[in-house]
Amino acid sequence: MSDTATPASRPTALRISDIPEAVIRIAGNSQDGIQAIGGFLAKLAGRSEQEVMTFMTIPSTISGGPSIFQVRIGSGEVLSSGDEADVLLAFYQHSYNDHLGSLKKGGIVLYDSDHVEPNPEKASAYHHIAVPISSRTVEAIGGVGRDKGKNVFALGLIAKMFHLNTAKVEALIQERFSGKDLSVAQNALSAFQAGYSFQLDNVVELFRFIEGQKRSNHQVVMNGNEAIGYGLIAAGVRFGAGYPITPWTDIMELLRRELPKYGGSFIQCEDEIASVSMAIGASYAGGVAVTGSSGPGIALKTEALGWAVMAEVPVVVIDVQRGGPSTGMPTNVEQSDLNIACFGGHGDSPRVVLAPASVEDCFYTSIDAVNIARKYSVPVILLTDQAIATRIEAFEEPRLEQVCQEIAPDLSPVADHKPYDLSTPNGVTHHVVPGTRIASGKYPIVTGLEHDEMGHPTGSPKLHMAMNAKRRRKLQALAAELPVPEVYGAPEGDVLLVGWGSTQGPIREAVNRARREGHSYSALHIKYINPLPNGLEHIFARFRHIHVVEMTDAGLYGFGQLAAILRARYCNAAIDGITKTDGLTWKVREILDEIRARHQAAAAKNGH
Amino acid sequence: MSESRLFSMPEAPVRAAVPELADGDRKPLSKKEIAADHPTWCPGCGDFSVLALYYKLIEKRKIFHEKVTTVAGIGCSSRFPYFVQAHGAHFIHGRALPFASGISLSRPDLHVFAFSGDGDAFSIGGNHFTHTARKNIKMTLVVMDNWVYGLTKKQTSPTSPLGFKSKTDIWGAVDQPINPVKQALAAGATFIARTTSTNPNHILQMMEAAMDHDGFSFIQCLSECVEFYPGAFDAANPRKGGKFPEVPKDHDVSDEAAAYRLAGEAFPGYFGVIYKAQRPTKNALENRIIADASAKTQGAKPWQILQKTFDRMK
Repeated sequence: MSDTATPASRPTALRISDIPEAVIRIAGNSQDGIQAIGGFLAKLAGRSEQEVMTFMTIPSTISGGPSIFQVRIGSGEVLSSGDEADVLLAFYQHSYNDHLGSLKKGGIVLYDSDHVEPNPEKASAYHHIAVPISSRTVEAIGGVGRDKGKNVFALGLIAKMFHLNTAKVEALIQERFSGKDLSVAQNALSAFQAGYSFQLDNVVELFRFIEGQKRSNHQVVMNGNEAIGYGLIAAGVRFGAGYPITPWTDIMELLRRELPKYGGSFIQCEDEIASVSMAIGASYAGGVAVTGSSGPGIALKTEALGWAVMAEVPVVVIDVQRGGPSTGMPTNVEQSDLNIACFGGHGDSPRVVLAPASVEDCFYTSIDAVNIARKYSVPVILLTDQAIATRIEAFEEPRLEQVCQEIAPDLSPVADHKPYDLSTPNGVTHHVVPGTRIASGKYPIVTGLEHDEMGHPTGSPKLHMAMNAKRRRKLQALAAELPVPEVYGAPEGDVLLVGWGSTQGPIREAVNRARREGHSYSALHIKYINPLPNGLEHIFARFRHIHVVEMTDAGLYGFGQLAAILRARYCNAAIDGITKTDGLTWKVREILDEIRARHQAAAAKNGH
Repeated sequence: MSESRLFSMPEAPVRAAVPELADGDRKPLSKKEIAADHPTWCPGCGDFSVLALYYKLIEKRKIFHEKVTTVAGIGCSSRFPYFVQAHGAHFIHGRALPFASGISLSRPDLHVFAFSGDGDAFSIGGNHFTHTARKNIKMTLVVMDNWVYGLTKKQTSPTSPLGFKSKTDIWGAVDQPINPVKQALAAGATFIARTTSTNPNHILQMMEAAMDHDGFSFIQCLSECVEFYPGAFDAANPRKGGKFPEVPKDHDVSDEAAAYRLAGEAFPGYFGVIYKAQRPTKNALENRIIADASAKTQGAKPWQILQKTFDRMK
């Protein structure tokens, strides 16, 4: 919490400090419903015109295991889920032992005294508050003998400690359990009230968030996977196909459930290859269809994607990245699919790769992906990751009436049609869809064989080169259309931090912190990765050091995946990579420490 | 941090005005109009006959170019779409069925035909064969079964009989071959027929029956590879001294066990419709889900439906 907290005037009463933001980490097991508390807090923040960002880890086992949910609520801009927690809520001994270190010095640890024996050595470093959460929950709900509901009891404790609007929280609880047995909502409310009214011993201070800035529009609260699913629906996608794999599965479940309301379908297929093939088939039939996956599933789709590049059929592929290679780290975050997204597959197969930077961006980038796929008749891969998929953010409600679009295939007859017309400006193909009458009586074939302008196979080296150039030229045309990203911070200086995808928040926070400390840092976030927008070299030229911050391995030659692409593209020796693959999102401190260490090492080498 | 999308919906390319034609004003297509590229198959290949009968089917059933979509994977048989003057796709090896499913499920107005070979359908595409059959996705699949890999020049196929000498089994095939009809039955296919390229009238009959079936219809068509497995099907060709036993008149096509027994008979086995069942198609089931869901959102525009969802996320 902020150092600017002001003590209340009455010394006898509990002090209430106004704070701009707080980081709360809830640690327990995955079946305790700690995600639900986090969800309540995030939604509440959204309704209270505050910014919020969450971070969670889940075990990859079926029957549960240690899990955390961290939520950062702030009245100003919230860029990351926070390096250190202000408050830790620990349900078990392992939660206490493993996460006490994530608490900032002097922070508050609320622990379930029914399960946790605090470490006396740590008593002075952290403010300990014991609450018999399990037994009090059982008591509050009426002695069912189980501690189900202790998450909501704990929510009551947090509500008390942070002076949350109880009416709003209770309304959220009612909404969440509406539709279930009445007693469920009643029990939850009882647990909440018991937690709220629990007499906290040795508490010296309560907190109150400074009011957020009044916003003209409502905020919606959702995670990245939901934002992608709804973004695709807003974009007019009405067909999809997929196969379950973590962490992509939520998107396919959402689309399976929601698309029928819009007259569409999402088909669960027998495997990843069938999914991508079915989506491409549906796109060929006139829509823009979607498929998606994570990890190994993406590798399985690459052959069919090569076909879509060759046949020039649009399709959108969502890749929710996780730790790899192979089965890897299914519930951890990584950005190591960048290479397969840009280059995966045999042959020269240019395709489009986009990476949204925030939950809000997931929504709008999905629409971009659909429109680019359609406009350039090309596969578009949308790269997100486990962290952005599961993190909850509040953002300004999109104006849906303006944003939503419909895609209807044009079946009106045409005089003649050459699908792979080499004389087309920019090399862009527009297929006529099956069902279209072609008056000339000459019908096109879409194919994975190298072909002539009608889609008929050819072995002509000249045509193969011309068609390769056509498929490349259209992406060069797209590149010319792409906006050059704006530099965050000063347009020139000592250090430029380059990022892509979900790392935008911590990178920007690192820039803010470094600038406060007097360093000349800026950041550049690249959303359109393949093709890259034109003109980035001019931005790079204005910085002494360019560090590409990524969640990938340093690679054989010492650079992360994007860093390697940028070095190859711009031949700029100032570009290097700051990488890690610990399965967790970047902490602001980790980024800054690494840069300092590098600069010190370089200075030592140069004899300064 | 409010961001808006950059790329708006692309405008449809301008199309020169072409008059709409009522179906009644159009003449049925002639064979010449349906034929496209000259087939690249070897002279004498059984696939010529399947192609000729496909033309015949389109002609006889008065299907217009744009109403039929021909899909194939990879293999000699799968060059098929190039030879048909209609919309078509030549997809990747083994995956014609899911591609065709994407068309079938999103475009009820089209007849979807997939053409495949024994390697494409039962080896690399085996998984899709099973699942497209069980889901009963509406389309017709014709597998031109020649018991050998032809395009890659004589390797063992999943239907090669034991002892068949190929370049990958120089001493004779050792792996138990697949019985396509049994495979289809076990997968839950709702229409299974067997025919041979040397009996054109029978092929046409089977194609018509398959096309009229509401569901996934599968035809196994023996189709000789004159180059790498000549004479494979002589025993099913009366002109070569063989027999062409048709499915017995008293066979009950809805009897799965009886169908299984027929499928197990020694070569040449039986020709005709071996099994047929009525089961809702995936297409119909999905449409029912859509109808139920849209009954609740009746008349609302997509953005209004989405707005309702977003209202719950505030």
